[in-house]
Amino acid sequence: MKGKKAKPQKMKAEKLALTRRDFLRGAGVAVSGGMLVGGQTLAQAAPAPDTDILGPGSVPITLKINGAAHQLSVEPRVTLLDALRNQLDITGAKRVCDRGTCGACTMIVDGKAIYACSMLAIEAQGHNITTIESFSHGDHLDPVMSAFWDNDAQQCGFCTPGFMMACKEFVTKHPHAKLEEVNEGLSGNICRCGTYHGLKQAALDASKGARSAKA
Amino acid sequence: MATPCKYDWPAPEKRKLIGKRIKRIDGGMKSSGQAKYSFDINRPGMLFAKVVRCPYAHAKITSVDTSEAEKMPGVKAVRVIQGPGKEIQWEGDEIAAVAATSEEAAEDAARKIKVAYEQMPFLVKEEDLSGASGFTKPAVTEKAGDPDGAFQGSDVVISEGYYGIPVITHCCLETHGQVAEWTDPENLKVWASTQGVSAIGGQFAEGMKISPNNVNIICNYVGGGFGSKFAADRWGLACAGLSKDAEGKAVKLMLERNAELLVAGARPSAYAKVKVGAKKDGTLVAWQSESWGTGGVGGSGVPPIPYVFHDKFPNRARTHTFVSTNIGPSRAWRAPNHPQAALITMSAFEDLAAKLNMDPIEFLMKNADLAPNAVLAKTYREELTKAAELADWKKNWHPRGDKTSGHIKRGMGVSMHTWGGAPHNGKCQVTIQPDGSVEVKTGSQDLGTGTRTVINIVVAETLGLPLEAVKVMIGDSHYPPDGPSGGSTTVGGVSGHTRRGSVNARDALFAVVAPSLGSKPEDLEAVDGHVRVKGNATKSLTWKQACAKLGVKPVVAEGEQARNSPCKLNDSGVGGVQIADVSVDTETGIVKMNRIIAVQDCGLIIDMKTAESQVYGALIMGVSYALYEEKIMDHQTGRMLNPNMEFYKLATIADVGDFTVHMMTGPGYDERGVIGLGEPPVISPGAAISNAVANAIGVRVPTLPLTPDKVLAALEKA
Amino acid sequence: MQPFEYARPTTKENAVKLLGSNWDDAEVLAGGTDLLDRTKDFVSSPKRVVSLHAVKEFQTVKVSAGEGLSIGCMVTLNDLAHNAQVRRAYPVLVDVANDVGSPQIRNVGTVGGNLCQRPRCWYYRAGYGLLAQDNGKPLVPDGDNRYHAILGNDGPAYFVSPSSMAVVLIALDAKVKLLGPDGPREMPLDQFYVIPKSTDDREHALKPNEIVTEVTVPPLHGAKTGWYSVEQKEGLDWPLVQAAAVLHMSGKTVKSARIVLGHVAPTPWPSPEAGEAMAGKSITEESADAAGKAAVSKASPLSKNKYKVQLARVAVKRAIMKAAQGGREEHEEA
Repeated sequence: MKGKKAKPQKMKAEKLALTRRDFLRGAGVAVSGGMLVGGQTLAQAAPAPDTDILGPGSVPITLKINGAAHQLSVEPRVTLLDALRNQLDITGAKRVCDRGTCGACTMIVDGKAIYACSMLAIEAQGHNITTIESFSHGDHLDPVMSAFWDNDAQQCGFCTPGFMMACKEFVTKHPHAKLEEVNEGLSGNICRCGTYHGLKQAALDASKGARSAKA
Repeated sequence: MATPCKYDWPAPEKRKLIGKRIKRIDGGMKSSGQAKYSFDINRPGMLFAKVVRCPYAHAKITSVDTSEAEKMPGVKAVRVIQGPGKEIQWEGDEIAAVAATSEEAAEDAARKIKVAYEQMPFLVKEEDLSGASGFTKPAVTEKAGDPDGAFQGSDVVISEGYYGIPVITHCCLETHGQVAEWTDPENLKVWASTQGVSAIGGQFAEGMKISPNNVNIICNYVGGGFGSKFAADRWGLACAGLSKDAEGKAVKLMLERNAELLVAGARPSAYAKVKVGAKKDGTLVAWQSESWGTGGVGGSGVPPIPYVFHDKFPNRARTHTFVSTNIGPSRAWRAPNHPQAALITMSAFEDLAAKLNMDPIEFLMKNADLAPNAVLAKTYREELTKAAELADWKKNWHPRGDKTSGHIKRGMGVSMHTWGGAPHNGKCQVTIQPDGSVEVKTGSQDLGTGTRTVINIVVAETLGLPLEAVKVMIGDSHYPPDGPSGGSTTVGGVSGHTRRGSVNARDALFAVVAPSLGSKPEDLEAVDGHVRVKGNATKSLTWKQACAKLGVKPVVAEGEQARNSPCKLNDSGVGGVQIADVSVDTETGIVKMNRIIAVQDCGLIIDMKTAESQVYGALIMGVSYALYEEKIMDHQTGRMLNPNMEFYKLATIADVGDFTVHMMTGPGYDERGVIGLGEPPVISPGAAISNAVANAIGVRVPTLPLTPDKVLAALEKA
Repeated sequence: MQPFEYARPTTKENAVKLLGSNWDDAEVLAGGTDLLDRTKDFVSSPKRVVSLHAVKEFQTVKVSAGEGLSIGCMVTLNDLAHNAQVRRAYPVLVDVANDVGSPQIRNVGTVGGNLCQRPRCWYYRAGYGLLAQDNGKPLVPDGDNRYHAILGNDGPAYFVSPSSMAVVLIALDAKVKLLGPDGPREMPLDQFYVIPKSTDDREHALKPNEIVTEVTVPPLHGAKTGWYSVEQKEGLDWPLVQAAAVLHMSGKTVKSARIVLGHVAPTPWPSPEAGEAMAGKSITEESADAAGKAAVSKASPLSKNKYKVQLARVAVKRAIMKAAQGGREEHEEA
């Protein structure tokens, strides 16, 4: 919405609309002889014979989420967060800032906490994606979740799954966490209700829990 | 003591759950990400809506052309929300909306809608009142006693200052919005992110021209509201309309983050020039202020200054001016008008105390009788004493200006506040089934305050059952109506009607059970999972045995909380004192929080754990608005420069320091009954932190937020 | 965001071939934390996004005593910060890498991405172009410029360079390797950044079909290094001002000093004035402060950012003092 004043962008949109009609949707098109979506200039300048060009229409992709393979069809521009929320009904991760600032969309990819709003779904192929859904089974709660509950590290709860995931990665890397490390480790997430007091204790408790679980 | 009334709260020694530290019952759902918010609702075949917004602060729409958008792939409905001729008063206002089969398709289509505007003059800055001529309106002129005369008293010390607090936004993490679906051509179901489950159905009904009976509002979880989610809103009606146009298909319309900050709520600003005088012993004698502020086109709220002491303040004069601006519409923000009033008043008092060479806590103690009534005066004295003790004030406080060497200066500041907190009206239904199961239904909502937990505690306590034995059902407008959650009214409201409802249910059960226990209903009690004869433990049935006596007929009882409901379960009017402890880097102007001490009363506390959480949360929100928050407007373009969470700064876990929260309980507090808690603790942090900074660096930083540029400017001026 | 095509080349040569000859054609995707912000806000609307994630050679870090350090463009900040060799040889780089953004950003954000991210000027991000002009009228001088430039700001650019890594790397005399259709080229990192003079210019030397492939840093030779970032929040926040100091010592005396400021100008801002002020001096609060003062001697603040002059002065002083305290040479002498 911010950019709606900039006229040149509207022109681009029109161009793209044309190309979208002209080309196959939903399939990866291997480049041959400079046939490229997105305007003549680009096509001539970029013959890259070994690389598939996908999109801009929907492309079939496979995502490995919580150990299971999911097949879906997304445009390359769709974020990992939106793909999971809108197409797979995996809604634990929240869309809040949508600009890699608040951490509500935190997922763990290959063992690392990431902002799923800032990763393209298509880029997440071939990686192990872990969402908050993998840490609870019926009534059984993960120890980090229990630490959150015990310490009331939640009010409205909308930031909570993101904090949970950031904390989950944090405690595996900091089994002897000090408060200062908690402050640093969870500083990529934002809560509006103000649950940081409980969160600090939850992270410290969870870190202790992780220590005893390992022992 | 008066004769007990049948709905009274149980005596302190009999309470098994009330006042204890109980985990919120929906905590597992939230911690595990299983809680489904409106933003998370996905319905079969659901469409996504995107809104076209006005890029100008003030403009007239001259044309709207949706033809191209309608032809875009995946588009199922297009609606013009505000059409040609309409005057738009803020950036981001809704012009049109599109529903399509995916978010991407909806956005692509929305960008094809062509809107032409005629731009109009605007005002988006109000701190400098002289630049706002033509946009102002006198709002309040007040005078009591003889301020001019009082200021001239021979032993009167006068302090003059300028203080202010800018417009901030709510920035709810779950943005405003809903999923709307016509379940048949007459019936609308809305999963709304709302603070008023029982209230907004009527607005949808009116907008859609159907009976309120045909609207069902659902809201099991809401991701923050803070006073901004009381209405169906223009976008809500647009969403319902798009669904109708799309043959009833569910449509999800949640605001984008930038829209949330642009249009979904601004807290009014307040700026004031203050002159305040006291005798040399600290007795306040005179106040004079000229204040102004904006809350959008409609003006602003009026901060009640001089705060807390307003009504009894001996000699006072003030004016308040509304400034009409194009910054976006104001909405109630947690404790409307009070944080502004506290900042202005408590800063002025602290500056005066510094001039008198007086400890500000002694200064407030000295004047505590100016509080509205004797109960509050006593409360403030007790809370000031307790807060000072917890802060080790006598040892740690120093007169203005940290005289130790080095560039890190430490200081402490105090503030106090007041709020009503009377209960809202509402109803519930309590059902006891012959198999012993219990459920309670009310059309209320849990904003994260612990509504469910409070209801659970009250009903379980009343029926002598463990928490798990009671099923709490809220968040559905088909349940008995409850008031909206605003103004710290919910815990009072729901504890009142669920106490009454569960007493009624219990008594109905007693009436059935009494004969089999060879007793009279009034001689029975429900304790520890048993129904038994009072004082005779041998005459007892387990809860299940007792309920089995119902045969096939469950007990269905109503409970109501209304203004004149019998028995006093609630009260209103609380105090609260806070002390902030900060460190300021005088070379960079950066303020770091060390600690805040909060001492708060709220009558009878139902759940100590979630009550304390409310206070922690309020303090943390307070740190944010004291140090970081500001809706930054550009006077050239009329646009908001920080409609994102990158530059609309909120405190992180690393920024808030430590907290000590003390709830006032026991005699003098508990017997008042339940009083709301959501607002009061968010009022004082700004003032307490500002005072602590002044105490640390020896000079007042006049306006919030206390950013490095302002701190350095104040130091340079000193 | 506009739709775009996506390509994931496996070689750097192919990556370059996939780019266009105009800026609007294609954007390079590294960590994504900046690019997706821009595409969502329609600040950038590429027709194609070229991911560098499959180019293996971009992910390597090499440290050698003689050659110094080489960092592939796709090395994440987190991997750099946890590289034991880097930690030993260039502790200041670990410090800065650990300070960028948040844990989640450092897990995906890359060194190349950090160097090439676009400015955060709020007018630019609101659609007014890099030079922040509304129908030709510059919006920054009379607007809210609290976060804008205090140096190199005589127009038409007023934004500040957002890269933290660049500040330290330039102080370390890093070079950057670029690859385009005509092959590789290399330049000192401080020459990579340029102040745009027209709306067609960018803030760096890249051509539309070029990418940054690698950064190289010469050996420290025992120089003392320090870095200081002034940020209002402890948590995720943009720095207000940064400074890096690399001090080459002769005994207790500074032989030569390289001081670079960040977030003060449209480019990272080397301050020869500050360097000269330190030369021949021993490191004391007084000499460090004098260097800070020299660093801002030519600053000309805009209407709302005078405070940044003070912050820059303090940042330089503190960076130098940190270098004095944390430099390995001091321990060796002791």
